[in-house]
Parts: sequence; structure tokens; C-alpha cells
Amino acid sequence: MCDCKNPYLPEKATILEVVQETANIKTFRVRLDDEDKMKAFTFEPGQVGQLSVFGAGESTFVINSPPTRMDYLQFSVMEAGEVTRALHGLKAGDKVGVRAPLGNAFPAQQMKGKDIVFVGGGIGMAPLRTLLLYMLDNRDDYGKITVLYGSRSPADFCYQEDLDEWMARDDMELVLTADTGSDDWQHRVGLIPHVLLDMEPTAKNAVAVTCGPPIMIKFTVQALEKLGFAHEDIITTLEKRMKCGVGICGRCNIGTKYVCADGPVFTYAELKELPNEL
Amino acid sequence: MAKTVFLPEENLDAWIKAMAAERRVMAPVRDHEAVVYAQVNDASAVELDTQATESPKKAIFPQTETLLSFKRMKTAESPDALDIEIRESIEAEPTVVFGARPCGVRGFAMFDRVYDNKRITDPYYKARRDSTHFVTIGCDKPMNACFCHWVDSGPTDDDGTDVLLVPVEGGYAARAVTDEGKKLLDLAETTTRKGVKAEADAVAKQALEAMSEAPDLSDVPAKIMDAFDDLDFWSEMTAACVSCGACTYLCPTCYCFNITDEAAGLSGKRIRTWDNCMNHNYTQEASGHNPRPTKAHRMRNRVGHKFGYYPDLHDGTILCCGCGRCIARCPNSVDIRRIVMRVKER
Repeated sequence: MCDCKNPYLPEKATILEVVQETANIKTFRVRLDDEDKMKAFTFEPGQVGQLSVFGAGESTFVINSPPTRMDYLQFSVMEAGEVTRALHGLKAGDKVGVRAPLGNAFPAQQMKGKDIVFVGGGIGMAPLRTLLLYMLDNRDDYGKITVLYGSRSPADFCYQEDLDEWMARDDMELVLTADTGSDDWQHRVGLIPHVLLDMEPTAKNAVAVTCGPPIMIKFTVQALEKLGFAHEDIITTLEKRMKCGVGICGRCNIGTKYVCADGPVFTYAELKELPNEL
Repeated sequence: MAKTVFLPEENLDAWIKAMAAERRVMAPVRDHEAVVYAQVNDASAVELDTQATESPKKAIFPQTETLLSFKRMKTAESPDALDIEIRESIEAEPTVVFGARPCGVRGFAMFDRVYDNKRITDPYYKARRDSTHFVTIGCDKPMNACFCHWVDSGPTDDDGTDVLLVPVEGGYAARAVTDEGKKLLDLAETTTRKGVKAEADAVAKQALEAMSEAPDLSDVPAKIMDAFDDLDFWSEMTAACVSCGACTYLCPTCYCFNITDEAAGLSGKRIRTWDNCMNHNYTQEASGHNPRPTKAHRMRNRVGHKFGYYPDLHDGTILCCGCGRCIARCPNSVDIRRIVMRVKER
């Protein structure tokens, strides 16, 4: 018998709080029940975890709280399929399983000293949140921080409390844009790539981090190229249907790369080397 | 190398009985039209004359296995919040797989690189792998679909085998390949027969000579990437496929799986099952997006994985043992050899 760690065995965890972010997105704050394991838990911004609802199954979500704030691990879940529907039915006090951390992380150490441009679309803001908060908690290590966050409508923005705080800070810039506005919408209206081009962030000594729906990523990357960002300096994080989360089960691969184990974080330069199967 | 001895056909039964007395013996037995692996206690039902319909994959990687079980419990402190107990279930029974062909046995060598490597160890797989040994029968003549010699193997390959038997007049030439194999062979009543090794070598030579010349597949990984975006090509290659999955389920090297939960009342289990990459649900995402939306995309990944991606990751080793089951059992005669050659010659 093997004394290796069982990669399929989840840690039991308890939901501390559920935040209704939008009509179909909820954020779950969880702590591992084993306090020693919770205290010893380490991860890097961008790594993901498998959340289990026992009886419904597991799905992969980014840990969107930063490693600098370990009161809980936070996951944001859009209701879309069986497991996410089951998750949406849970409340504070309910038990879930957590297999984490899995996958690679944003190169937060190599990004030190650079200007950072975040471009997030919809639920794609979740992985950016963890890196942004990590950088804000290590503010002196990074240059100018600019965040562009877009959603379909004003009602589709997550992390309202964060947004208020980020808007008020003078050591970062936050721009919000909605594809379609409303009467009381105070921010931009327009598609993310257009607003990004209009903002004209400098590409010099800068790294862009983007995540969102595939079509948004595609046009955001084109906009970033226009702005002069090198392909190595455009970083994104991918999503695929996953099961094992450890590079075995065989469904999240793009050619030789397994998004669960080799990713989910890739530079655009790396993505361009992969076959076209996003 | 261990000495080759002679195992008379009539001593097979006693040998299987001796092995079955101390461990599970799985061997090919007839089940209606098919020959499948099942537990046996003697030689009476064992079918050694033909390649089994299914591969011996399930001996180590069962079609369905329980990864863990869980049970919800009400607690006195908070009667509406149910605590949960999670139990892992890693089980392995000492096993001998008797009578598989070299190709089917070699399939596990492909699994090993993925399931037990520097990055990860799958404890369910490893427990069974470590407790399973193989008495393998070399082939005296190839079947139509056989192409083990294309993938760096051959009719009497002993890769992964503990005892290799080669059919000769009146019985088998038997050779222990590993220490465990020596222990197993010690349970058999064998004799020394002068020239039995030469007889076995002649059988091996004759079997290999009966196979047509093997192509050099070393350029195929690069060719697959060249063909990647030519979906018309992959559509043509997949036209006859009905995505039934016979190829993947029968394949000794197809190792992909699904994980699902089953629950009734307060308890349930998380199970792992073989999966089929030719099924449209395989990569279907809840958002509606599917990175491999047609069978052409899926065949591209299946062939790409076996003849391109896996070799690129594992020193050129092809994720195929050439057993030919996917060809022989395809209801519409899709032939992976033809697809590979079309990729190569494209």
C-alpha cells in the first residue's frame, strides 16, 4: 500500500458565509474543519481548488481570496450546471469538500517592480481579485496598478464592497464599464476592449493580466497588442471542464498541456505555441 | 536471463489451481460471443487460443471503482447542519493476470507514466499495480488487426510481464522475467526439454515475419500538429465513427476517466469510471462551450493524444500497444492505422 497523499481525497470544510453577488453568482467563504491544516494551508494567487458538494460532485474554481488574508478561502460560483446549482443551495454552516491548491499561479514575484494592468470580464474578475488583493497587500513591490472591470450590465458586477474600496484608494485606478448602462450608472458604457484602447495604459515595463469569457479575452488580447504589450507580458488564466485536477483524467488538455496541472495560468506567448483548441 | 523451461499443456490446470489458492487469478474466459477477463480457480474455462475481446485493463483499473464514501450525520449542537464523514477506500487484492497477450500487458507501462510519476501518484492505481503480476502468452501468429510491431513491441515482448509463455508443441516454453515471476513459475510443474528455447525463438520469429513491414512513426507527432487545423481532413477520417466508445473501452492504453457522485439518503460515494473521449459530453462545459464540439475534433484529440502528445511528453513512447481491438471491434471499421498513415503521408 502506498503512503503517498491521496490527491482525490477532499478536506472537509465549513461554509462561513455566502454572499449573493449577482442574480446567478454567489461567493462562498470556507474554512477547513481541521484547524491545523487550515493554519498550514499555503497557496499562490491564481491557484485553483475543487469544491465538492457530496452527492452532487466536484467543480473547479479559483481561490479568489489572497494568501495574505487567510481567515477563509473564498470561491465565487456562477450557477451553470449540476454542481454549481447544488452549491447555490448551500448556506452558512453547511459542509463542503475542498481539494486545493491545484495548478500553477500568476508569476507574482516576477511581476514585482512593474506596472500592472488588470482587465476582467464578468466572473473572470475572480482570479484577478486574488492577485490584485495580494499586490495591494504588498503595495510597495509593484508600480502603477490599473483595473478595468466590465460586465454585461450594472447588475452583473461582483465584489461590490471591494469595488467601493478600490474606487476610493489613491494608489490604484479602477475603471468600470457595462456593455449596456442604466439610468443611474455613473461609469463607462461600452465593450471592454474599446474602453481599454481608450484608457491607453502604457505598455512600458508593464504586465497585463486578463480573464473573462473566451470572446472577450480574444479581443482584449488584440487591444493589448495594439497598445504595445509583448506576448510574454499578457497573462491569462483558462477554464476547462476538469475532473481529477492533477493531470491524469485527460479532458482539460490542449495538446500536451493540461490546464489543471500545467495551467490554468498561461502567458499569451505560451498560448500561441499551443494548438488551437480553446 | 532466467532459463526457459517446458510447461506441458496438461500441467496448466494444476498450476492455475496452485496460484488461485493464494491469490486472485484473472484469465480470459468465454462469455457468449466475447472472451472477457474473469476470476478463475482452474484451467477449465480459460481461453488461450485467441486474443480476448477485452483487454486486461480492469484488473488494475476497474471500469468502476469507489474513490471515497461519505455519510451525513446530524449533530446535537446544530440539528439542521449535517456534519459529514468522509472515508477513502483503497483496496487491492493480490492478483495474477493469466493468459493476457504481450500487448495488453504492456498497456500498463503506458498507465504507469501517467499514474505514478514524479508529480503525482494515484494511490488507487498504485495499490493494485503493486499487487498484480502477469503470466503472459506470446503470440504464435498475428491476427488481421495486430500491429504491435508498429509501436516498438512484438508478438513475444516481455515488457511488464513476470512469466512469459510461448506456445510450442505440446505445451509452452516458460521463462520467468522477474523475481515474482520466478516464484510463480516455481508453483508449476515444469520439465527441462532440450531445445525448447530454440523452439520458442522460432515461434517468435515466425510470428514477427508474418506481419507486414512496420512504418517509422517518429515524424507523426509533428505531422499531427501540421494537420491540426485541417478540420476537413479530420472530418473525413471520422466520417464513419458513431462515437460509440468501443475503441476506448477495449483499449489497453486508454486511461481517461470520469468522477461522479452517487448518493441515496444521507450516504453516498464518489466513483471513478472509465470515460470515452469520443463522447460529445466529454469536454462539454456548463456554460455551453465545448472545446471539442464535433467528432472530428474528438478524433483529432484521440489520435493526437496517442500518437503525438503522449510521445512528446514521454520520450517518444506511443500511447498504443498495437493490439488492434479498436480496429477489430469498431462497428464501422474505423482503422486507427489508416488515420495515422494518412496523417503521416498528408
